[in-house]
Amino acid sequence: MGDKAEVWQGTLALMVLKTLEMMGAQHGYGIARRIEQVSGNQLALNYGTLYPALLKLEQEGFVVSSWGVSENNRKAKFYELTKAGKKQIQRETESWEQTTEILGRFLNPMEGV
Amino acid sequence: MARFREFCSRLWRTLFFKKADEDFHAELESHLAMEVEEGVARGLTEQEARRQALIRHGGLEQAKISQREQRGLPFLETLFQDLHFGLRVFGRNKGFSVIVIMTLAVGIGANTSLFSIVHAVLLRPLPYAHPEELVTVDASKPNFSRGSISYLNFLDWQRENKSLASFAIFRNTSFSITGIAVPERVRAQYISVDFFKVLGIEPALGRLFLSGEDEAGRAPIALISSSLWLRRFQADPRIVGQQIHLDGKSFTVIGVLPAVFEQGSGYFQAKDVYVPIGQWPNGALRDRGAGLGLHGIARLKKGISFSQAQQDMLGVSDRLAELYPKENHGLRAALLPLETATTGEVRPLLLVLLGAVGFVLLIACGNVANLLLARSDARLQEFSVRFALGARRLRIIRQLMTESILLSLAGGTVGLVFAAWGIKAALALLPNALPRSGGIHLNGPVLIFTLALSVAVGMAFGIFPALKISQTRLHGALKEGRNGGGTSRWKAQHSLVIFETALAMVLLVGAGLMTRCLLVLSGVHPGFNTKGVLAFVLSTPRASQRGSSEDIRAYFREAHRRIRETPGIEAASVTVGSSPMDSDDEQLFWLEGEAKPQNSNDMHWSLSYTVEPEYLQVMGIPLLQGRFFTEADNERSQRVVVVDDVLANTYFKGVNPIGQHLNLDGGDQKATVIGVVGHVLQWGPERDRTNSLRAQLYLPFMQREELLSSLNGSLSSGVVVRTSQNTSAIVAALQNNLRKMDREQVLWGVSSMDQVLRDSMAERRFTMILLSLFAVLALGLASVGIYGVLSFLVGRKTREIGIRMALGADRGVVLRWVLGQGGRLIATGILIGGISAVLLIRVISAVSLVDGVRGYDPYTLLSVTGILAFVGCLASFVPAARAMRIEPIRALRSE
Repeated sequence: MGDKAEVWQGTLALMVLKTLEMMGAQHGYGIARRIEQVSGNQLALNYGTLYPALLKLEQEGFVVSSWGVSENNRKAKFYELTKAGKKQIQRETESWEQTTEILGRFLNPMEGV
Repeated sequence: MARFREFCSRLWRTLFFKKADEDFHAELESHLAMEVEEGVARGLTEQEARRQALIRHGGLEQAKISQREQRGLPFLETLFQDLHFGLRVFGRNKGFSVIVIMTLAVGIGANTSLFSIVHAVLLRPLPYAHPEELVTVDASKPNFSRGSISYLNFLDWQRENKSLASFAIFRNTSFSITGIAVPERVRAQYISVDFFKVLGIEPALGRLFLSGEDEAGRAPIALISSSLWLRRFQADPRIVGQQIHLDGKSFTVIGVLPAVFEQGSGYFQAKDVYVPIGQWPNGALRDRGAGLGLHGIARLKKGISFSQAQQDMLGVSDRLAELYPKENHGLRAALLPLETATTGEVRPLLLVLLGAVGFVLLIACGNVANLLLARSDARLQEFSVRFALGARRLRIIRQLMTESILLSLAGGTVGLVFAAWGIKAALALLPNALPRSGGIHLNGPVLIFTLALSVAVGMAFGIFPALKISQTRLHGALKEGRNGGGTSRWKAQHSLVIFETALAMVLLVGAGLMTRCLLVLSGVHPGFNTKGVLAFVLSTPRASQRGSSEDIRAYFREAHRRIRETPGIEAASVTVGSSPMDSDDEQLFWLEGEAKPQNSNDMHWSLSYTVEPEYLQVMGIPLLQGRFFTEADNERSQRVVVVDDVLANTYFKGVNPIGQHLNLDGGDQKATVIGVVGHVLQWGPERDRTNSLRAQLYLPFMQREELLSSLNGSLSSGVVVRTSQNTSAIVAALQNNLRKMDREQVLWGVSSMDQVLRDSMAERRFTMILLSLFAVLALGLASVGIYGVLSFLVGRKTREIGIRMALGADRGVVLRWVLGQGGRLIATGILIGGISAVLLIRVISAVSLVDGVRGYDPYTLLSVTGILAFVGCLASFVPAARAMRIEPIRALRSE
């Protein structure tokens, strides 16, 4: 895998959803590139990890997929966020922020007890 | 919700996976292409770009696998794979599969048949509301643990108890429906008002009896059954209020009972008419001491346990015993849960049979396990290769188990067919041996049982080859090719065969003992000649009853004449009171010189038979001393009585009984003994010897003044005749003759004494037939097992045998060796089985043995050992003969 970190599937799901929210409909390759970019190339995504995650999101109803044509006239499968997906982003974001906040208290004990 | 959607989507894609596969492949290709483009854009060659991309992403196949795991239900997919594969394997080896399926079908089918019987008789809840609250109530008296309750006692028990929510009594009876062209005889019951309330039955039409309507002197009303309503009244919806004539008296129908009640529960049989007890014109209802065949049924109050109710009722009856010492001394209430009363007697027997049929199944499984073990040998290479390719142990085990369960489900399905036949056969052979047998058929619970059993069986025998194969050491197996396998597999096979033989031995011993018991019982002489004796009931028309006892005597003399004159009748006698193996009636007495005991329970008890002079000829009872009755012993001569040898030996030991006197209770008559006859087995060949009430005395019919004058209460009398004619012909002739005498005479309830005797042993016969059947099945299966294992052994050792023969061993030695192998297995099995059987039979006293047959009965053990050894040797002989015929050269060349 090289020297780049592995990605947890739970966080990957949120990253994918967020990416789709920002970029609109996108194909798998594009999503992977974008995530690597946003993470400052700290993450490595291979399609063995990405596609199962995309499939799971589709199964849960947070994205829908359809075949289309990419900017280079190539046939590709595009993924788009659904309403449920938007709500899921909200839920997950809140949950993450809460976790971070609580953990922060442990890691920075000076911040008011 | 999301999880559920995920599951559905997975399920969908499992079933339609082909398109998804292609889809994903295209997507991956597209992704790869875009990455390559980007690489080229950065300046790499296309080849280099592709190479780097592939390195980055790893193998295409791995990605596909991850995708597939996410996509479908991996469990389901592998299951389908296994099933598909299993079916192919069996298709290739049809013979093998058929043998296995048939073996399993026999085992599972037999179990299903028996389970359907057990379910219908024992497991099904009784068809009443909250059946666990119902108890039967009887009176325990000397000689009778569940005797009848007198009416006055019933009223007091009903009033005084604190534990019963409702309590009712009933008495079986029958009526002739008169006023129609051909009087029909119907079964009926006298009941107290609460009877249906206790059982929780609501009428389909009309209403039930109301409080107080069962008292004497109230209007005559009746409830009828649904089938009577259909038969006689054509389901007329205006039935309520119509009249029905029972024995010449008019009753008003007030309701119709639901059809579902007619199925009966074993304890209550279906009756057509229910009449309040007050309508029974029997003066003895007012006698606290009378035993009139009344029995009780009650429902416990909510929250009261059975033992609490028992305590309560015992207290009530004990207090009454103090209040009325003359009638109730020694009389206590006896309660039993209704379920126990209905099926308690057959429960242990059925459980034993269930165990026996379980043995048969175990033997069948043993054979199948052996077969599979033998086959797993051949498939060793196949599995070694799979292991080498990376298959996980668990996966292999799962596949083998799936194959096994597939086989056992197929076996179970065929077994159901066998079971259907088996049930039909069982019901045809033994209709009355068991209570509640009406519900025996393949219903829901039975099918579920079969399914569960098949799966369990599949898992049980599947474990053997699965474990063996998964423990294979790769290298050795691949090298050895098809002849791999070690001694451990043989040991497993041999142990299985010994186990099977032992089980078969146990079953054979059981069946053998049962057969012995039945033979012994059949050989017991019932004390009279059952062949050619017919018994029936004659209903006295109402008109003839209303005379003086003189008129009634005249009626009976005329009836006797008519019967006697019918061609084919050799002798005839009216009989009232006890009837062997059918009903009993008692006479209390005290001896000359004794003071009259204060209460009836302190008197001497004897069975009483009120008969006419020809009774002895009809029944063929031997006359031992003195003489029997003649026409001269009638109302004008001295009171006489004839006793049996048991009574004579008990009360007149050492003295000549002829000329002695007995004081008969009920009329305080003094009677002279004029003869002694042989004892008759009133309680049947099995139970008579140990019953406490065996003394018998005979009274002449015409002398029983009290009987004749109270004939108002009993409208029918029993008659026995001796005839050599065919039953239906003679009955028709008799009926004809009697109708000429009075149009309303009905002759019914015909039974032959022979049949009655045979019915008394019906349960034993049922057990014997089933156990023997199971034993034969077990024997067959075990011998197939022996044959199989020895054939396998010979096949294995072909090379070795060939070598030995080439070195000079003659064929006889080979034969003896194989037979010896087989013999050792059989002998060990017989030994283990024999010892287990003797131990088991001690423990299972339920399958009680008859006097004269011990648990380790030598005849049985010897003959059974002989049979098993013989069959075993036969089974060993075929492979031995095959071994004998091995040609050394071919053996050495074969691999």
